[in-house]
Amino acid sequence: MKTLSAQADTRNVSATPEPPKQRKKGIWRTVVRQRYLYMMSVPFVIWLFVFNYLPIWGWTMAFQNYKPSKSFFEQEWVGLKHFVDLFQDERFYLVLRNTLAMSVMGLIAGFVIPIAFAIFLNELRGKYFKRTVQTISYLPHFVSWVVVAGIVTKMLSIDGGIVNEVLLALHIIDEPIQFMAQGKWFWGIVTVSDVWKETGWNAIIYLAAIAGIDRELYEAAKVDGAGRFRQMWNITLPGIRTTISVLLIMSIGHLIGIGFEKQFQLSNSLVTDYSEVLDLYALNYGINISRFSYGTAISMFTSIVSIILLLTANGIMKKTTKESIM
Amino acid sequence: MASKAFDSTKSDRIFDVFNFIIMTIIMVITLYPFLNVLAISLNDSTDTVRGGIYLWPREFTWENYKTIFSYSSLIQGFKITILRTLSGTVLGLLSGSMLAYTLSRQDFKSRKFISTFLALTMYVSGGLVPTYMLMRHLDLIGTFWIYILPGIVSAFNVFVIRSFIDGLPYALQESATLDGANDFTIYYKVILPLCKPVLATIALFLAVGQWNSWFDTYLYNGNKPHLTTLQFELMKILQSTNQGANMINANDMANQMAQVSPESIKMAITIVVTLPILFVYPFLQRYFVSGMTLGAVKA
Repeated sequence: MKTLSAQADTRNVSATPEPPKQRKKGIWRTVVRQRYLYMMSVPFVIWLFVFNYLPIWGWTMAFQNYKPSKSFFEQEWVGLKHFVDLFQDERFYLVLRNTLAMSVMGLIAGFVIPIAFAIFLNELRGKYFKRTVQTISYLPHFVSWVVVAGIVTKMLSIDGGIVNEVLLALHIIDEPIQFMAQGKWFWGIVTVSDVWKETGWNAIIYLAAIAGIDRELYEAAKVDGAGRFRQMWNITLPGIRTTISVLLIMSIGHLIGIGFEKQFQLSNSLVTDYSEVLDLYALNYGINISRFSYGTAISMFTSIVSIILLLTANGIMKKTTKESIM
Repeated sequence: MASKAFDSTKSDRIFDVFNFIIMTIIMVITLYPFLNVLAISLNDSTDTVRGGIYLWPREFTWENYKTIFSYSSLIQGFKITILRTLSGTVLGLLSGSMLAYTLSRQDFKSRKFISTFLALTMYVSGGLVPTYMLMRHLDLIGTFWIYILPGIVSAFNVFVIRSFIDGLPYALQESATLDGANDFTIYYKVILPLCKPVLATIALFLAVGQWNSWFDTYLYNGNKPHLTTLQFELMKILQSTNQGANMINANDMANQMAQVSPESIKMAITIVVTLPILFVYPFLQRYFVSGMTLGAVKA
């Protein structure tokens, strides 16, 4: 079918002086033949264009003194002024520090713990116990950050919060600690809450990867006298290496764009110097005090650094472990 | 697991006991906060101030739940949340499955282009301010539709569904074509019924996402009482007192909480907001586990 129409095309090229028209007709014929496929996809492509691509066009605002009342052609262009302002703002470096601190802590904890959890869960005897542990471990993932922040605040409170009670009972501390009111605790609180919420969920992928490892490898290792830890270290871990690499690349891409949900929900006015991250900074400047162009410059900085990080991580992984996502 | 003879060494048994203990501790850490919140919500609110409620209410009462169901803003929040969860899920499933089906067709001419166009959205986004300005231009701010329209197409969901369709036997589609079915009929009559497991997964993701979201309400509709959602109302109630509580010293705190919004009532709202999800997810577990795996392989 395909070759036939191609032949028809070449014959037409020599016969008529206008070959592009003929080719266009071929395309139209395909479009008509696959019209239902187009009817099912084109509306959503337009959708994507409007809601996902038009905002990228909005990056032009970063180079203007954007006024919402004016049209695109009436805006005043100011070049890199907002980026210069951004890089000269002391607050920016504080916010960048917070972002990187929390994302690196989150990356390490959010990587090591789910892998360890998946490996230990896999070694668990008793089908029902394993099922129960797994089902319970997913639970916090389905709860919103609003609820989690409420729960965390409750658990850490100085009157009756379980964390302070346990620490007091164990004589680790003499007086309850005001966890939520001191900046120095904030990064840790965010990281631990995230681990509590997502460990079980993140372990799903590793569990699936572990299930794909050849059982005979374990039998062989047992015959050779390998204990459980040796098997975990020498068979399970290498067996899920590909999965780990791919997820690591994607997480590195998100190092700087870590979002703001948990920071927004867990912070309060006493700890803003430790809780404000880039996206919150963009929200506070860009929308709450209407410095639209400045806020756009912040978002744009975040997006571009994310892509550079993603491509770099991908490149390094490709060289060292031959794994990549692109 | 197969041969018991090799497993019964002493060190293996120690390992099993150790593993069992660790997993039990993890379960306790995961569950305790929820049980504690539940116990407080079922305890008399003035008694709660005395503290010391752990897993069991000291003075049992349904009063807190009765009180919160008399809050009109909460009832309205419920309505809006249910409405957005239902419509967001249905529309999201429709768009996701349709797009996924077209992308699974190897002979579809624009397949490559649309795939790339879609995949790029996972890595690049305009960011907060440009998105906000777009919503302003589209006049969506202050409307219900702002909860639904921006999130209708999700690249991740489309790729998960497509991976599932790719795993179905192609012969089914071919025989339907021979029977004279057009592409839309194949999608509707052949593909959709076979996709039930993956659609259940995506439905759960979409519904949980809609149910739990608060930021769009905060950003766009925070001052529209008839459009605020449950999570936003909960956030207002939880945050107002937390922030206040942090400012004042420990002695005043108990009084303050009792006056503003009692601890037990806050916890009752938390439970009410969380409960629907807790009922649903264990039943969908086997679906979403395989759904996540599909997503990880392809996306």
